[in-house]
Amino acid sequence: MWSFFHRLASPKHFYAFAGRLIPWLGWITLLLMLAGLYTGLFVAPTDYQQGESYRIIFVHVPAAWMSMFVYMVMAISGGIGLVWKMKMADIVAASAAPIGAAFTFLALVTGSLWGKPMWGTWWIWDARLTSELILLFLYLGFIALGSAIEDKRTAANACAVLALVGLVNIPIIHYSVEWWNTLHQGSTVTRFDRPAMATSMLIPLLIMFLAYKIYFFLVLFMRTRAEILDRERNTGWVKQLVTEAS
Amino acid sequence: MSEFLHMGGYAFYVWTSYGLALAILLWQLLAPLRQHRQLLARLRRKYRQSSQAGNKS
Repeated sequence: MWSFFHRLASPKHFYAFAGRLIPWLGWITLLLMLAGLYTGLFVAPTDYQQGESYRIIFVHVPAAWMSMFVYMVMAISGGIGLVWKMKMADIVAASAAPIGAAFTFLALVTGSLWGKPMWGTWWIWDARLTSELILLFLYLGFIALGSAIEDKRTAANACAVLALVGLVNIPIIHYSVEWWNTLHQGSTVTRFDRPAMATSMLIPLLIMFLAYKIYFFLVLFMRTRAEILDRERNTGWVKQLVTEAS
Repeated sequence: MSEFLHMGGYAFYVWTSYGLALAILLWQLLAPLRQHRQLLARLRRKYRQSSQAGNKS
């Protein structure tokens, strides 16, 4: 078990391992997405209060959850790279950032598209929306900082510090609907008692969440593989791999 | 079918959300594929050039 993780810390082994997983992750993502779309659009009933507009949550809520999950992956692997000087951890953190930014952007825009017909406004500066917008800026700051510093090692360290400081925003986003009086509705799924949501609506939401999560690892592995090749381009194994493939 | 597309009057909001989700997810998926392919081509050229330079000297 430990030797397996140990080997993954080596970019060469990670490259091969990720390459084997990618086709599987791709097919699972496709199947889950189709199942989620089918149950979300055709099986789940119309909401008695929000009508059909609530179907936006099937693409919105998983994106919002993932925006926080990806940030934690990014900050934790950045922190591991900072403390243990592990190259693979830096690569994972740098590869996760654009995906997280995309999820955050998607959550904000689909939230807006839901807010307009339901709240009567595209945007409001309430706690949930503002903290999610700050999350987008944290991602963009992380990406900009990483590309502004030439030396990869220094860039990774600076980015990791930024990501770790920004980690404080995650509980703020999560609890914003409880701590402040916001327009955004409270949590309906992650509650101590059972979810305050009909099962027929909860199932497509959970399927979509799973689809987004597998999709994240699919894209993460694709990005890390490209990043590994780029950073290791002067090593023997990459040279061998590239020349043998042609 | 047209009733389904109508989404109870929320067609614009619902379909823009789903369309945007699809567009962003596809873009995120295709970007690293293209990047990987371009990188492989660049590295292949680089190695070929350096091996040719090595043969001449």
